[in-house]
Amino acid sequence: METALARTKTHLWGGGRSPFNVSYGKLMMWYFLMSDSFTFGAFLISYGSIRFSLNYWVNHNYVFNEFPFTEANLPLAFVSLMTFILIFSSVTMVLAVHEGHKMNKKGVEKWLALTILGGLCFLGSQAWEWTGLITGHHKVLVDGAIQYWGTTVSHNPWGPKVLFHGEMVATPGPVAFGGYFFGITGFHGFHVFTGVIINSIMLTKTRLGHFEKRGHYEMIEKAGLYWHFVDLVWVFVFLCFYLI
Amino acid sequence: MNNEEVSHEQSLVVHDLGHAAHVHHHKQSFITKYIFSQDHKIISRQFLITGIIWALIGGLFSVIFRLQLGYPDSTFPFLQDLLGHWAPGGKLDPEFYYALVTMHGTILVFFVLTAGLSGTFANFLIPLQVGARDMASPFLNMLSYWFFFSASIVMFCSLFLQTGPASGGWTIYPPLSALGDAMSGSKTGMDMWLASMGLFIISQLLAGLNYITTILNMRTKGMSMTRLPLTIWSLFFTAVLGVLSFPVLLSAVVLLLFDRHLGTSFFLSDIVIGGKILPNEGGSPILFQHLFWFLGHPEVYIIALPAMGITSEVISVNSRKPIFGYMAMVGSFFAIAALSFMVWAHHMFVTGLNPFLGSFFVLLTLLIAVPSAIKVFNWLTTLWKGSIRFTPGMLFAIGFVSLFISGGLTGIWLGNSSLDIHLHDTYFVVAHFHLVMGVASMFGMFAGVYHWFPKMFGRYMNNTLSYIHFWITIAGAYCIFWPMHYEGLAGMPRRYYDFSNWESFKMFGGLNEFISVVALIVFATQLLFIFNFFYSIFKGRKVTTPNPWGATTLEWTTPIRPGHGNWISEIPEVYRWPYDYGKDGRDFIPQTEPVGENENRH
Ligand code: HEM
Ligand SMILES: [Cu+2]
Repeated sequence: METALARTKTHLWGGGRSPFNVSYGKLMMWYFLMSDSFTFGAFLISYGSIRFSLNYWVNHNYVFNEFPFTEANLPLAFVSLMTFILIFSSVTMVLAVHEGHKMNKKGVEKWLALTILGGLCFLGSQAWEWTGLITGHHKVLVDGAIQYWGTTVSHNPWGPKVLFHGEMVATPGPVAFGGYFFGITGFHGFHVFTGVIINSIMLTKTRLGHFEKRGHYEMIEKAGLYWHFVDLVWVFVFLCFYLI
Repeated sequence: MNNEEVSHEQSLVVHDLGHAAHVHHHKQSFITKYIFSQDHKIISRQFLITGIIWALIGGLFSVIFRLQLGYPDSTFPFLQDLLGHWAPGGKLDPEFYYALVTMHGTILVFFVLTAGLSGTFANFLIPLQVGARDMASPFLNMLSYWFFFSASIVMFCSLFLQTGPASGGWTIYPPLSALGDAMSGSKTGMDMWLASMGLFIISQLLAGLNYITTILNMRTKGMSMTRLPLTIWSLFFTAVLGVLSFPVLLSAVVLLLFDRHLGTSFFLSDIVIGGKILPNEGGSPILFQHLFWFLGHPEVYIIALPAMGITSEVISVNSRKPIFGYMAMVGSFFAIAALSFMVWAHHMFVTGLNPFLGSFFVLLTLLIAVPSAIKVFNWLTTLWKGSIRFTPGMLFAIGFVSLFISGGLTGIWLGNSSLDIHLHDTYFVVAHFHLVMGVASMFGMFAGVYHWFPKMFGRYMNNTLSYIHFWITIAGAYCIFWPMHYEGLAGMPRRYYDFSNWESFKMFGGLNEFISVVALIVFATQLLFIFNFFYSIFKGRKVTTPNPWGATTLEWTTPIRPGHGNWISEIPEVYRWPYDYGKDGRDFIPQTEPVGENENRH
């Protein structure tokens, strides 16, 4: 096989071989990710176009300032932790793939399990964050009276503040915030969820010795591509919702 | 795992089948052979037959709503028998008229001309023409059909809802489609439309990924990219368009579902419905149009490109001449594919698009005419002085060229935003896209079916019936759609149920009746085709030579009825491009023949 490759190296596109020297499965995964990035791209561009057509958005430092087990005002601290967890799980995934190259079954199991754990932590954190937002009680001035709102797809308590009985109170903000925030982070969370499922299947198959029998751990590489992609998308989501 | 290993694994499997050719009934049950089959040739036939069934349903719908348009004052009691409460007293219910138009568009665009056309020919031709045992992933390929099948089931069931199927037009613009209170067709019917389309998008994704990787990775030895038949090039670009544009429709579908059920306001703002003020604010219906047409325009080329590829192949084979300008053909495929992502807003010139932005879209839209014209020129020059064999496939391919020219020219009118102010949403647009896309791509599909039928089923279709089919269909297509240009120029809007209220459109009463009569005749003629198709599968004249058309491409080097794996022994190696017709005094030279010592280089 090695010699066959060497012989035809000069005719990359000449037929009888893969021009990129990758298996069809990996190629498919790459094209799938390209396709999926268009889905996320459409979401994010829609979000951007609506957001910049409005003259008020929200202040992230007020919206995302909670942290478990403390009442302290910690803007963006929790989401930074989430981001760190997810990126760390990318690192463990790289290590799992690496062990796969070395055909080290125990190593693959260990790092894959940690990757799954990272994914689950991320999902748990996201659930906590969502719950906090939805069930929150924030003072809003609606039609001349004070109400207490959470952040949902139809309610946004983070609008511009006005003076009301000697106190600065928020008015309703654009509902697009909740829609896009929950819509896009939810769609991303769904990807993380499927990633966790895929990785769990990979872990099971590793434990059962399927890849050892097959002589390579390429499936882990493909799962890894997907996992890194999901992380990369998060970087964009993070940038668009928490930083800008 | 690299490619050679893969093909090795497969060739082992195939060897089994090859030796067991006479006994393989014992090895495969009916279910794995014909239902959950992973053989690309079976899957292709599944797509084709499902497509034909859909075409029958979608075509029937158009006949029913043409009855309304042609005879707005008459009643047809049989309609009540057929449609029940949707046609009380034999008069089509206005709501159901919209449902029929919507379903006609959806079915024909997505289920027939996307799944039916590329599903059939990409599956059938890609492995056979690039020299592969099967698709890169036969399993995903099978899944792609079954996702399409489930999309079909969902859409089909929606036809029988009490509140009717989706009725907001095939473009399902919100807010109409987002609000169940807006009309009965926006209730459950719309949800099922969206669910069905979600499944359909998955099916297209699986299919497209497979087509692309197969073409790139699985070509046989010597089959360099510039030795690929143009059918393969067209299917390649079709798949690329699908993989990159359908996900955007998925985003639109997801957001629309949220607006419908979760109370979000992506596409909704400041709406009063039935005297009730809705809380939604800040959304933009124009945003939906952007998302929809970012898919929608590439989608029309997803429909057109395979027909162009088939036409190129069939015309070259039956003119006994090499295709004129092979590289220009490939280049124009590329140009069309690339440009088609940059013109979507020409569907939105009058929906509130910034006119300044519109001017860029005018420019890019008109640019697409250049590669389109190159293709037309090359088809005509291929035909020029050819020794033409007027097989049914060839007639339909020539018909495609004719229709594509007629419909393409009006595209140039519409592409000018200032003219489009007058023409938008009139029958002029209906005429444009039916000629250039609807009928033309149907012709491409017919050309493909007639041309590859011997390979698909090992029998020929009946020629007399085919000729009748062709002449009535092409004459009918022009009789139906040509007059619509005049109606559109006079300002007659599309998607109206009844025009008799307008003094200015009264003059078209007779014309509309004429169109409806012709539509009925053309529909009946398609039944002839369907009869011919199914009859010939079982009773057609048997094919006795492996290469009945004298074609150069690889599919004709397989046995007359190839089994799973296509070639019994080794996959042949390729030494030349696929268009060596009439070269060095020879009628044709197959791709598998090594280039001779003294042969001219092309
Ligand atoms: C010369 C190239 C073409 C140009 C410049 C062109 C231009 C246009 C424009 C400007 C419109 C919008 C008209 C309106 O709604 O007011 C339109 C509609 C349409 N075109 Fe084309 N077109 C071209 C070729 C094609 C081709 C090749 C196809 C399909 C194979 C196609 C399919 C359609 C369809 C389906 C619509 C109508 C969609 C709808 O509103 O339901 N066009 N075309
Ligand atoms: Cu268009």
